[in-house]
Amino acid sequence: MINANSKILLEVHDLHATVSGAEILKGVDITVRSGEIHAIMGLNGSGKSTFAKVLAGHPSYEVTRGTLLFDGQDLSALAPEERARAGIFLAFQYPVEIPGVANNQFLRLAYNTVQGQRGEEELDPLEFDDFVREKMKLLKMNPDFLDRSVNEGFSGGEKKRNEILQMALLEPRLALLDETDSGLDIDALRIVANGVNQLSNKDNALILVTHYQRLLDYIVPDYVHVMEAGRIIRTSGKELAQALETHGYDWIHTNEQITGALP
Amino acid sequence: MSTVIWDDYLEKLIESWRKEGEPSRTVSYLNRLRANALSRIESLRLPTIRDEEWRFTDISSLRNTLFPRASTASLPGLDSQKSTFLDEPTCRLVFVDGQYMPGLSGLTDDGSIIVCSLSELTGICASKTEQYLGQLADFQDDVFVALNTALMHDGICIVIPANVSITVPVHILYITSGKEVAAYPRCLLVAESEAEVTIVEEYVAWQEGVSLTNAVTEIYVGESARVNHIRVQREASQAFHIANNSTFVAKTAHYDSVNLALGARISRFDQKITLAGEGAECQIDGLALIADRQLADTHTFIDHASPHGRSRQLHKCIVDESAHGVFSGEIMVRPHSQQTDARQLNHNLLLSEKARMDTKPQLEIFADDVKCAHGATVGQLDKESLFYLQSRGFAEEVARNLLTYAFGGEIINRVIVASLRQRLEEYILVRTRIS
Ligand SMILES: Nc1ncnc2c1ncn2[C@@H]1O[C@H](COP(=O)(O)OP(=O)(O)OP(=O)(O)O)[C@@H](O)[C@H]1O
Ligand SMILES: [Mg+2]
Repeated sequence: MINANSKILLEVHDLHATVSGAEILKGVDITVRSGEIHAIMGLNGSGKSTFAKVLAGHPSYEVTRGTLLFDGQDLSALAPEERARAGIFLAFQYPVEIPGVANNQFLRLAYNTVQGQRGEEELDPLEFDDFVREKMKLLKMNPDFLDRSVNEGFSGGEKKRNEILQMALLEPRLALLDETDSGLDIDALRIVANGVNQLSNKDNALILVTHYQRLLDYIVPDYVHVMEAGRIIRTSGKELAQALETHGYDWIHTNEQITGALP
Repeated sequence: MSTVIWDDYLEKLIESWRKEGEPSRTVSYLNRLRANALSRIESLRLPTIRDEEWRFTDISSLRNTLFPRASTASLPGLDSQKSTFLDEPTCRLVFVDGQYMPGLSGLTDDGSIIVCSLSELTGICASKTEQYLGQLADFQDDVFVALNTALMHDGICIVIPANVSITVPVHILYITSGKEVAAYPRCLLVAESEAEVTIVEEYVAWQEGVSLTNAVTEIYVGESARVNHIRVQREASQAFHIANNSTFVAKTAHYDSVNLALGARISRFDQKITLAGEGAECQIDGLALIADRQLADTHTFIDHASPHGRSRQLHKCIVDESAHGVFSGEIMVRPHSQQTDARQLNHNLLLSEKARMDTKPQLEIFADDVKCAHGATVGQLDKESLFYLQSRGFAEEVARNLLTYAFGGEIINRVIVASLRQRLEEYILVRTRIS
């Protein structure tokens, strides 16, 4: 929900980033206020996941120019875990499998770390078990997933649900969901979107990276951005996604009137 | 005796042991075996790094000490050893510095398991000893097996009669007192046809000190029998630990082993499994978790000596600080051993710049209709996994430790004795500092 008076959570200006010497982000600008939902769309390879990883602090990516502020604080000095504790959450496009680490142990340690940071109560394994099972109901997840290794052997859709479960536990202030919708069946998409909507409120913000309008039918964005070659080249309201679905990305270059809707 | 022993260290060693007096044997077979081993030692020498099988494991520092036999096996406060006992009911057999301690041992069983100390062999144990002891672990070319055979002053023979399933684990606890002494424990386990047993051999230190354990265990797995063998080595940080396990697996029998090398300054474990009967199977898993300046060397040899055999092996090493891991895994498929199915994996994790790993998988296949696969990796912790954990709020060090723990956990999970598994998990948690 747009409210020009609400606090700026994320402020990115002229962000350039490289990986293994190759410049992938070439001047990204985006501002996200609390309460807002943003969607980022764009062709394969345009830099959406790179932006997500830079935001979360992946050590392989180097910021070479520009600013990256979260809640007024310069993120570039923070380690990934410090960003997480500050309230940034990335739902991975390709969640990592970690054989040998039980999902329940992983979830509990993550939860307690963030709780500790917020000066709130940590939960012992028994208390946590009750707590996490409640959250799993929200996502209609089978509790059996608690006893398995983190993401190991999970199907594509199961991994995505496990990401949203983590989001539900950690209650981030800014969540970036990188193609959480791909790999979900139609029912799962609705369940996950419902879950995300329930977590969304006026004090947090959401960035959805997606290729499809489908997700945006359930989680309605305030802004839609188009990324191309490492930059955000268009920003508009939710109707932009609809137009892209109908006309394709080429259409952007031939149609300039949408830019007029820029806030 | 006037013969000249080739290796002067061995000469002095044998001499000093002779002076202490030779333990008398009730069974003439043992005396003969011992004499044979002694005379064999005369033409053997301690290996050096010029020997192919010892290339990476320099044991020359062993020569600095002429480890004598422990004169009296006693420990201050033997009761405190109870903390190393398992929670489950067990058949417990305790050795202190190589001597069997009947007072600390106890059998929780209905009497179907037969146990005899080698110094008091009677009945079936006497005949099984004569049949198998020294037959499975060959001392002709192995100086440490020869030394153990010649100098063992105590040992145990365990017989599981045919068709008997022993429901409680047999826990053999070898305690080193920390004195500068040598222990030469010997164990013979015979599982007759269709017998089933779980055996835990655990080597622990009562306190720090430079000691030597030279252990030999021989296992005979009879037709369609099942033996699950767990071996935990957590000797003192300055100790030498040299051990040989030789196992014979008969027709359609099954042998599982999990071997954990955690302690000792220098440890060497030689494991030889002969899949002797048709359809024999084994699963051999191992984990070495070492740091500081420890060296852990595991040599395994799986001999597919019959058709339709199946072997699975997963060996892992976690090497931190300036430690050095060595793995040599040989799998032999003999010409007539058709339809063999063998798979070996060796994964190694190096946690520091100075950590070192030498790995040498070897397949020698002389049959044509077989399925054999092997693979080895040496690497650091996976960067993407680390980032994933950090992005969930885990401090980098905690993330590293958790991943290290998980890497080792795959082997620990194969320990089927619950209280031991739990204890090992805790041990690794402390070693990897996760709380
Ligand atoms: N290590 C690397 N070295 C060089 N190029 C890289 C490296 N990692 C990523 N890239 C390139 O960066 C570009 C952006 O990748 P990114 O994953 O951010 O795209 P994306 O917009 O998320 O695409 P998709 O929609 O397919 O998920 C791609 O062209 C990719 O090949
Ligand atoms: Mg992507």
